[in-house]
Amino acid sequence: MQTYNNAINIKDLFFKYEKEYVLEDINFQVRENDFLTILGPNGGGKSTLVKLILGILKLQKGSIDIFNRAFLKESLNIGYVPQSTDINLSFPIKVLEVVMMAQNKQQTRYFGYSKDEKIQALNALEQVGMGEFAHRRISFLSGGQRQRVLIARALFGKPKILLLDEPTSNIDVVACGEIYQTLKELNKDITVVVISHDLSLVLKYANKAVYINKKLSYHDLSSMKEEFSNLNSNVSEIELLQMLGQCKC
Amino acid sequence: MLEALSYTFMQNAVIAGVLVSIISGIIGSLIVVNRMVFLAGGIAHSAYGGIGVSIYFSLPMLLSTSLFSIVVALFISVITYKNRQKLDTIIGLTWAIGMSFGILLVDLTPGYNADLISYLFGSILAVNTNDIIFMSIILFLIILILGFFYRDILAVSYDNAYAKIRGVKTRLFYTIILLMASLSIVIAIKIVGLILVIALLSIPTFIAEKFSDSLLGMMIFAALFSMFFTLMGLGLSYTYDLSSGPSIILISSVSMITVIIFEKLCKHKIFKNTN
Repeated sequence: MQTYNNAINIKDLFFKYEKEYVLEDINFQVRENDFLTILGPNGGGKSTLVKLILGILKLQKGSIDIFNRAFLKESLNIGYVPQSTDINLSFPIKVLEVVMMAQNKQQTRYFGYSKDEKIQALNALEQVGMGEFAHRRISFLSGGQRQRVLIARALFGKPKILLLDEPTSNIDVVACGEIYQTLKELNKDITVVVISHDLSLVLKYANKAVYINKKLSYHDLSSMKEEFSNLNSNVSEIELLQMLGQCKC
Repeated sequence: MLEALSYTFMQNAVIAGVLVSIISGIIGSLIVVNRMVFLAGGIAHSAYGGIGVSIYFSLPMLLSTSLFSIVVALFISVITYKNRQKLDTIIGLTWAIGMSFGILLVDLTPGYNADLISYLFGSILAVNTNDIIFMSIILFLIILILGFFYRDILAVSYDNAYAKIRGVKTRLFYTIILLMASLSIVIAIKIVGLILVIALLSIPTFIAEKFSDSLLGMMIFAALFSMFFTLMGLGLSYTYDLSSGPSIILISSVSMITVIIFEKLCKHKIFKNTN
């Protein structure tokens, strides 16, 4: 039997903000080079889980291991693409500079960036097909292009895991597909974890899915795909979500 | 026009104008990209409390207003960092309380009938050597902080949440931005006065934003525009014997309107050509 490395290993995780638990008894593993999707209703605890994985929120009960080491500053191993809701779109900044923002341990250079950083940022942009836009101002890009730049920013530190929080929420259908295609490419070398509502896309590209609504159900999509293909192809998202939420495989 | 430069007060005014332009170019850009214009307005008006304190206790004006605004900025930073929704309310409060406090202190100062208009509209022609030294120190500090922490300040301004995840001390830099803003506002009050501070901090940056593709570029352009407006305004006020503050702002706003009209015309033309 093939042995896998666990990229993320979550055990007996409970979390509450005030009195009530938002996450209860969460147990699951993300294996190296998985393409995992986190599904679930709003308020179901998806973002809380992401914040716990990133180390923004403190663990209360249970454990999160990243590459078999207990969670410390391991979040640097994770490239994170946040929901782009609060970004000032008219900010005067070039694409390359946005990507280099990922670097916090800067070699102090007066107002500047080192050549290495620029090369690394350019590489990250080329990985997502945005190399030619490096010196454009970010406000001149389309929503899909901006999202690619944010993915490049997450790739900047050469992370082993890429974690995306609803990367396609404000983007048209074509650009959505393109972004998932890029993620699929990246998935050859990197573990990808996506929070998403685009079920059809998820089923097309992901190989695992977890459904979180306080508790968690885990799905190996590769074994479920046949099941899905037997269904009417016009199966509604709600039906799918219900399936994912109920089945205990 | 040039003979005016032989007067010391005019030389001081020109030097002060240049210094304040550089400061407001830098800080104005930071305020605009961080969407803190209203916040800057709050600090500017509450600085009036500092003016009251200085008159009542006969303390040096720049020193006491600076300290007063620093306290206000720290107060705002502590209360609003976690809860940005409260920001509007807190700004409104400090705005009103600071001003009322200042005016009451002036009322209570025996035998004092100050020319309050000069604090409302600035008194660039009354700038003395001490003021210039104070401004130079502030400018030096701002450039130093910005030089060392440019990337952190950029990260916090562009995407605060992400910067925090990357380990940038966002709270520290939020406070630093506020502190630099409040000191700069105190200085700008001296030049264009309380009422028009916001215009000097925002009009040149508004124009500069259109020409720049980096924050640093925006700061440099804004400083240059600001310098141009201040010196033109000074010239105008000298030639026609007008108040300096409003003259500076008038030149700035006319330029801004020209840029907007020009931009609209250009877009219109491009639009027509592509069709």
